[in-house]
Amino acid sequence: MISYGQHQFPGKLFVVEGTDGSGKSTQLALLYQWLKAEGYPVFFSEWNSSPLVKDTTKRAKKRHLFTPATFSLLHATDFADRTERDIVPPLKAGAIVLADRYIYTAFARDVARGCDRAWVRDVYSFAVKPTVAFFFRAPLDVAVDRIVSGRPNLKYYEAGMDLGESDEPEESFTIFQGKILEEYDRMVSEFGLTVIDATRSIERQQREMRLLISQHLKKRRGKTH
Amino acid sequence: MGRSTHIALLRTWLESRGHAVLDTGMTRSVLAGRGIKEAKQGHTLGRLTMQLFYATDFIDRLENEMLPALRAGFVVLTDRYIYSAMARAELRGIDTGWIRSIYSMALVPDAVFYLRISSPQQLVERVLSSGRGFDYWESGMDLHLGDDFYDSFIEYQKRMLKVFDRMSSEYGFHVLNASRTVRSVASDLRRAVTKLIDEPVTPGEDNVSQLQVVRDKATPAKSTVKVLDLNKEALS
Repeated sequence: MISYGQHQFPGKLFVVEGTDGSGKSTQLALLYQWLKAEGYPVFFSEWNSSPLVKDTTKRAKKRHLFTPATFSLLHATDFADRTERDIVPPLKAGAIVLADRYIYTAFARDVARGCDRAWVRDVYSFAVKPTVAFFFRAPLDVAVDRIVSGRPNLKYYEAGMDLGESDEPEESFTIFQGKILEEYDRMVSEFGLTVIDATRSIERQQREMRLLISQHLKKRRGKTH
Repeated sequence: MGRSTHIALLRTWLESRGHAVLDTGMTRSVLAGRGIKEAKQGHTLGRLTMQLFYATDFIDRLENEMLPALRAGFVVLTDRYIYSAMARAELRGIDTGWIRSIYSMALVPDAVFYLRISSPQQLVERVLSSGRGFDYWESGMDLHLGDDFYDSFIEYQKRMLKVFDRMSSEYGFHVLNASRTVRSVASDLRRAVTKLIDEPVTPGEDNVSQLQVVRDKATPAKSTVKVLDLNKEALS
C-alpha cells in the first residue's frame, strides 16, 4: 500500500479546506470554471460523496448512532471510496482533481471530537498528498456568523452536539468550530497548508489561488518538452 | 456446520450454567452492517474502502455491544474478530501495519478458538451442502485468482489457511480440528471454556474468572471475551 507523500502521478490534486462558512466551496467552483475554460481535464470530488457509504452515513446521522471513533471510521470509508474511484484514476490519467475538503477536515473534526491525533493520521495514511492544499482561514466569529445567519437549524453533528459541551445548538457549534479552527492552525506547518485570508474579497482570493496554481501547471507543461 | 453452530451450542450451554451471554459477529453492527451487505452486492467495492467499512462495523459493535456487555459481566462470544479482517486485508496486499493500527483499540480476547479445516476441498463440500453455491467475496473473485469461482475459491482459501496458520502461532490461537463431528468439537470447546470461567458460584460471592481482558482498564475482572474464528470466510 502506497502511503501519504509517496504517490507519483502525472495529474495534479488541489484541495480546499477550512471551517464551515469560510467560502472555500465558492472559490473551488470559480477555479473549476477557469480550469475548464483553459482546456484542462478537471474532476471534482466532494467530501461525503461515496455512493457506497452515503446511505449508512445519512441513517447514522439521523439516528445519532455515531461515537467519535465510528464517525471517524465511516468518514474514512467514504474517503477511501473517493480515493479509489474519483481521485487516483484521474490523477494517473493526468487530470486535475479538485477536492472540496480532504483529510485535514477529518483530522480537524475527529480530533475536536476526542479521537487520538496520531491514530486518525494513521487511518488516512493511504491518501494522496495534494499538490497544493488551501486553507481558507476566517476568524471564528466571521465563520460562525456566516453559517448561523444563513441556516435556521444547525444539525446535530454539524453543531458538535455529540460532544455534550452545550445543549444550545448555536453555542455548541461555536465551541466545536473553535476547536476545529485550533486543529487547522496547528496543521498549517505540519502539512504545509497554504493559508488564504478568507476575509478578503472573493475576487482577490481567487486571483491568489489562480496565481499559485498556474505555477504548478506551467511546470507540468514544461516537462513534456 | 461451522462457527454459528458452535456459538449457538456454546451459548445455550453457558446460559444453562447461569452465565449471561452476548453473541455478535462480523457485519452485524447497527451502524454499518446493512451498508456493507449492500456494498458487497455490487462490483465497485474497492479494497481500502472494504477494510474501513469492516473496521467501522467492528468498532461500532465493540463500543456499543461488546464493551457494555463485558462491563455488565457477560460472556461475549463473537463470530470472527479482528483476525479475519486482518487476514482478508493481507490477502489483498494491504499494509499490515496500517490495518493493525486501525484495530489497535480492540480488546485482547481471553481466548481465540480457531476452528481449523485442513484443506480448501473440505470447505468446498460445505459450500455445496449449504445449497447456496459459491459467493463472490468468499471466493476472492476480486483478486482474479482463477478462471472461475471454483478455481478462485480453492486458491483464495488456500492462501487464507496459510495466513491463519501463521497468525495462530503469532497470537496464540486455540486450534480445534473442525473436520470432526460437531459433537466432539463442541465438547472440546466446552472443556476449554470451562477452564476460562470460574464456577460454581458460591452464593453471595462475585463470579470472578481467572482471566482478565488485558487492555481495557475499565473492565471489571469478572468480564471475559471469547472469540471464535475460522479460516473459512462468511459461511454460517
